[in-house]
Amino acid sequence: MTTTAPLADVAGSDAALRAFLHGLPGVDQVGAEQRAATLATRSIKTTAKAWALDLAVRMVDLTTLEGADTPGKVRALCAKARRPDPADPGCPPVAAVCVYPSLVATAAAELAGSGIHVASVATAFPSGQAPLEAKLADTTAAVADGADEIDMVINRGAFLTGRYRHVYEEIAAIRQACGSAHLKVILETGELATYDNVRRASWLAMLAGADFIKTSTGKVQPAATMPVTLVMLEAARDFHAASGRRVGVKAAGGIRAAKDAIRYLVMVNETAGEAWLSPDHFRFGASTLLNDLLMQRTRLATGHYSGPDYFTLD
Amino acid sequence: MPTFEYAPAPESRAVVDIRPWYGLFIDGGFVESAEGDAFKSVNPASEEVLAEVAEAGAADVDAAVRAARSAYQTVWGRMPGRERAKYLFRIARIIAERSRELAVLESLDNGKPIRESRDVDIPQVAAHFFYYAGWADKLGYAGFGGDPRPVGVAGQVIPWNFPLLMLAWKIAPALACGNTVVLKPGETTPLSALRFAEICQQADLPAGVVNIVPGAGATGAAVVNHADVDKVAFTGSTEVGRQIAASVAGTRKRVTLELGGKAANIVFDDAPIDQAVEGIVNGIFFNQGHVCCAGSRLLVQESVYDEVLASLKRRMATLRVGDPLDKNTDIGAINSSAQLERIRTLSDIGAAEGAEPWSPPCELPERGYWFAPTIFTGVTQAHRIAREEIFGPVLSVLTFRTPAEAVEKANNTPYGLSAGIWTEKGSRILSVADKLRAGVVWANTFNKFDPTSPFGGYKESGYGREGGRHGLEAYLSGADHA
Repeated sequence: MTTTAPLADVAGSDAALRAFLHGLPGVDQVGAEQRAATLATRSIKTTAKAWALDLAVRMVDLTTLEGADTPGKVRALCAKARRPDPADPGCPPVAAVCVYPSLVATAAAELAGSGIHVASVATAFPSGQAPLEAKLADTTAAVADGADEIDMVINRGAFLTGRYRHVYEEIAAIRQACGSAHLKVILETGELATYDNVRRASWLAMLAGADFIKTSTGKVQPAATMPVTLVMLEAARDFHAASGRRVGVKAAGGIRAAKDAIRYLVMVNETAGEAWLSPDHFRFGASTLLNDLLMQRTRLATGHYSGPDYFTLD
Repeated sequence: MPTFEYAPAPESRAVVDIRPWYGLFIDGGFVESAEGDAFKSVNPASEEVLAEVAEAGAADVDAAVRAARSAYQTVWGRMPGRERAKYLFRIARIIAERSRELAVLESLDNGKPIRESRDVDIPQVAAHFFYYAGWADKLGYAGFGGDPRPVGVAGQVIPWNFPLLMLAWKIAPALACGNTVVLKPGETTPLSALRFAEICQQADLPAGVVNIVPGAGATGAAVVNHADVDKVAFTGSTEVGRQIAASVAGTRKRVTLELGGKAANIVFDDAPIDQAVEGIVNGIFFNQGHVCCAGSRLLVQESVYDEVLASLKRRMATLRVGDPLDKNTDIGAINSSAQLERIRTLSDIGAAEGAEPWSPPCELPERGYWFAPTIFTGVTQAHRIAREEIFGPVLSVLTFRTPAEAVEKANNTPYGLSAGIWTEKGSRILSVADKLRAGVVWANTFNKFDPTSPFGGYKESGYGREGGRHGLEAYLSGADHA
């Protein structure tokens, strides 16, 4: 168990866990949304923008999660992950490639030695509606095939019916099955309905051993939003203050524009602090975002836009 | 460790053209002052002189009141409301169209961050004119009698903290009700009012309906004491408000006063802490704390004191103090050297009386008037910084144990303009708000304004209400009998 002393007992029983989660300060919806909107008015220009765009590229989990995915598609994605902008050798690689378990082996082979992480969704993604044994097998297989990051989904049904200990135990079991692989816990905030729930689910996942808490699967609307991510960043910040363990945050789904990515980085900077401004502690789960980041990078460097045809499809 | 340095992102000054000299705006045109007096308006962020402005003396004020009287009798007072509305809608639209120019001018002359002038002040100014334009032809349905009449000539004196917004609060309802006005802007911030005079010309507002007479205290006194002024409206310090109340006593003049405040922002232990901290920051650091309804006394329940204070300090460390025109600036310049002096004096007294000041590390520009955001802990009700209005970015932090104690402390002030309550418990919001002697009580938010909502104080924070339907009352004579 990774949780340290001050929080050691809070998950000891269903009652203790419930008391703890319901004892967290509430989130005022209007206030949280207004704070996120104010942060979005920051104006990031010139050198700051160049720095932020490069950082955003390095934080991308380049993702394909379609039933139609093929090894060929994944190989193309991996090539793009290594060299996002073939025209610019100075462009940094992305953080990870994220695929379904059946394609992990392909991705792992393509990315070997690159330093780019291989992430796999697991645990009956995206619904999580499967027996624990199936979820564990899903996870073990992905790790065995070479995934060093696992993106699991929480059991929302259990969470919403207040069976917090059940959700906790599931996360802890998957954590164990991950071995040395990093665990990202997807809260699927679009199904949690309130920011209070987002805060509780964030703490629950962190207590159970998550290395990252992640907003969404991308299969449910709304996916990542600024206020939801704000609440999760606050939770990660507070958890770090209480436990000393720094848990990362991943905003996934719906972030398509470079401008939005920069707004998220401002929010990370001014909420959790600059220690989170690294691919180790903040990620974007995205596919189309990358090309806009590349276009804006080129625009900033050259002073003009080159059309979308100058950037590769994945 | 990486650092995210925000590069300078200044709003362009090119959108605003400031003339070297401005006259008084009387009877539809810009004129010299009779005595030839003038004063300089300074950019408080750089001490650069922005323009020289004619200073109105008694003779000029008299000319302005005569112009207003004439316009009231011949044109504006007898014009049907639906026609007056057209002018007000036109003014509102011009303000919205020229909002960028007005925002930059306001930030230059006042020192407030462009983010606030752009996102709060100017949109609220336009909203006030739109809102009261809508009332102009519906006054018979406002609840002040079937055919309410205007009062006549309104003499209005406004402060420097929200120069154009305070002008809108005064002029929009006055004009909607059929009155004409003589307005004196703050002596350190006359430029946006003079720009508004140009907008009146652009809107073809009949001459004399709006008159702007820049100047200092003596000009204000001349406006207030002029025998042919029917209605006095003042926003500013309680000290000046008292003088005005004394000088109009025994005359037929009607008066509304919107004065100082020392608002309590009360944080209960079940508050949404992150949002409460935002509300505390917004309550005291918005507009450098130059806000009459600022939440300048923080009352925190003892059981969450450490948590709230740690969060507040962490949040304050992210505040960006500096160039008001930079789009990322959170706290701009103090409006004048005199105000800076007052803030310093009261802060020094706070420290001398044993309260402990804290400010985040922040670099202040060398030129201009600046004061770092500051909180004082260990403050009690007996400290002067807990009783006197500082009107700057200085927060006094006090604690309480029970809701009853919170209410007692919150009310233990000669002021009563506003208050804030932070709790997730709805019933507590209602019961505490009921007991607070304050004109505006915000729950789980702070410094929220809307033209539809009345605003005004208890006790030494003044009398009368501005804004909303209530704001019409001061400018309608039929309202006496309603």
